[in-house]
Amino acid sequence: MSVAQVTSPLSIKSPSSLTRRFSWTRAREQIIRAVLFLCGALSLLTTAGIIVVLFTEAIYSFGGTAFFQSVSITDFLFDTVWAPQHPDHPRFGILPLLCGTFVIAGLGGIIGLPIGLASAIYLSEYAKPKMRRIVKPVLEILAGIPTVVYGYFALVFVTPYLLRPIFQTWLGFNVDIFNALSAGIVVGVMIIPTVCSLSEDALRAVPRGLREAGYALGSTKFDVSLKVVVPAALSGILASFLLAMARAIGETMAVTIAAGQQPRLTLNPFRGMETMTAYIVNISLGDTEAGSMEYKSLYAVALSLFVITLSMNVLAQWVLKRFREVYE
Amino acid sequence: MSVSGKLREPALAKRHRIGQMFEWLCCGSTWFGVVVLLLLLLSVGWKAMTWPTADADAADRTAAMKADATSNAVAESARPLSTRFLTSYDSRIPQKAGIKAALWGSLWLLLFVGLTTVPIGIGAAIYLEEYSNEGRWKRIIQVNLSNLAGVPSIVYGILGLTVFVRMFGLFGHDGKVLDLNLGFTVLAVPLPFERSVISGALTLSLLVLPTVIVAAQEALRAVPSSIRTASYALGATQWQTIRHQVLPAAMPGIMTGVILSLSRAMGETAPLIMIGALTYLARCPGHIDSLSSAWEHPSGLLEAPFDVFTSLPIQIFNWVSRAQPEYDHLAAAGIIVLLVVLMCMNTAAILIRNRFQRRTQW
Repeated sequence: MSVAQVTSPLSIKSPSSLTRRFSWTRAREQIIRAVLFLCGALSLLTTAGIIVVLFTEAIYSFGGTAFFQSVSITDFLFDTVWAPQHPDHPRFGILPLLCGTFVIAGLGGIIGLPIGLASAIYLSEYAKPKMRRIVKPVLEILAGIPTVVYGYFALVFVTPYLLRPIFQTWLGFNVDIFNALSAGIVVGVMIIPTVCSLSEDALRAVPRGLREAGYALGSTKFDVSLKVVVPAALSGILASFLLAMARAIGETMAVTIAAGQQPRLTLNPFRGMETMTAYIVNISLGDTEAGSMEYKSLYAVALSLFVITLSMNVLAQWVLKRFREVYE
Repeated sequence: MSVSGKLREPALAKRHRIGQMFEWLCCGSTWFGVVVLLLLLLSVGWKAMTWPTADADAADRTAAMKADATSNAVAESARPLSTRFLTSYDSRIPQKAGIKAALWGSLWLLLFVGLTTVPIGIGAAIYLEEYSNEGRWKRIIQVNLSNLAGVPSIVYGILGLTVFVRMFGLFGHDGKVLDLNLGFTVLAVPLPFERSVISGALTLSLLVLPTVIVAAQEALRAVPSSIRTASYALGATQWQTIRHQVLPAAMPGIMTGVILSLSRAMGETAPLIMIGALTYLARCPGHIDSLSSAWEHPSGLLEAPFDVFTSLPIQIFNWVSRAQPEYDHLAAAGIIVLLVVLMCMNTAAILIRNRFQRRTQW
């Protein structure tokens, strides 16, 4: 809404600068507006770029052969062996990679989601302001630590000083150096800040009146927190869970370092596994020639990853919108 | 609360006991994060301050290395983290390895990521907040931004690999060199960008742009509309209003968001590995390893953006994946350096926020 447009109808006898159809000031305003729009549209271009790149290398290539033009989709989805480097019979069944991804993300979720939610409840319902002032920055620091550091922590401390004494020495399991559990634990720690801050926002948005109504009916603080506030904030909490899980699935460096490079179709968390992200990293560490099948498999795996995380994000937004309780 | 002791009804007492237990559980979960952070810092710090204890086999090896080291007449340090660590390049001998190349690589990345994200991010935020009046474009871009923020960083790495490093293979196998005449010198731009600083910086820019835009939007939204209306009433055009009233008022908030996003970019590893930054590198981009060398060879400043590079998290990952135990300790030292850099950036962000929050009151 430009000011010049608003004033122009009055200008029967106004100075010429307002009646002129063209003025440099107005032109400059339009140019600036266009440039700013281009800045905003760059994000659309990024999305388009991601989709075009993944599509042309994985699904249909103009001129060359894309991944799915030489490997059938059923093989990709249902074959149980991932062996792209096999010299004679490379096999591209994504199930082992999917299994690794979901086992580690699942372990992370089992650890991170309840702890994140419980700390959100504590911070929003129980904690004194002083306590919040201490804990909130710590959680922000946790969120800001690079993932490569978490991977190092898992490999150098969690496995040798926590998992091996407990599970190998006491309980007699065989714990690999690279194992899914250590990766799952650090991924869990990593998603705590996400869950905590998003859920806390949702919990704090529940109006005071609901809590006081609960107390008036004779509820204890526990009843109010768990039976009134949490259900009222459920959409926000679910959305935070979905976003956190999407982050756990897309997590790269920690799982690459801690979970190893063996694509295995197993549910044993003490074995090494390879996730989709770890596979992408490992291939790009080596000298893979552009255009080879191995190189193209990168794009196929990345496409699967993109589709999974994107649908979780979209689902989270839908949950937020659909199940939001609006209080005045 | 010792309510439960005084209560007569056992059912109510039980409810209070459950409530008390729940409170402790939640409190424990909250402190869990704090405990993990302390453990992490302590263990990394301990590793960074000691070399591994030598068993017989390793003692031989370190003795051999020491002989090698003394023959090269380079002082080796008593602990992994030292000033020597900051001023020497990566090495086959752990006691002599340092993080200089990675430090300079990260600085160059930071510079270029800042140069691209600050104007574009602020521009996009201004368009979304000030120009688009809740229209269709705004809705589309907004939804798109929140989706982009959820895309795993490694996917951005793939995008960067295809678009910046290889440029879709448009320039053939060997590539071309574009000579830009700047008047005083000629800037040689290799096409495609290959595994250079500029590829890494552009990829990271795309990665952090959504966060920068959202942070800048929040800062702009916090500027009260009375400021804008007053400016219009004095006859200013929309751009004049934004340029002279809205932007200065929102700047502290924007800068805080930008610095936090840049610190996130500093810690990113996966996309840089994708575009091929993980290399054994014993030199800095453009051969600039100190301010004086930049002064003596200014041409290096123009070469640096198109030179190969490594960065702090990449170097750490490289050391973690090597077998010798000494490299674990080097990695810990690298982590300390990285965390100190990040902490400086975050402190700067917090200082800016606090300083200007107190000054501006609407």
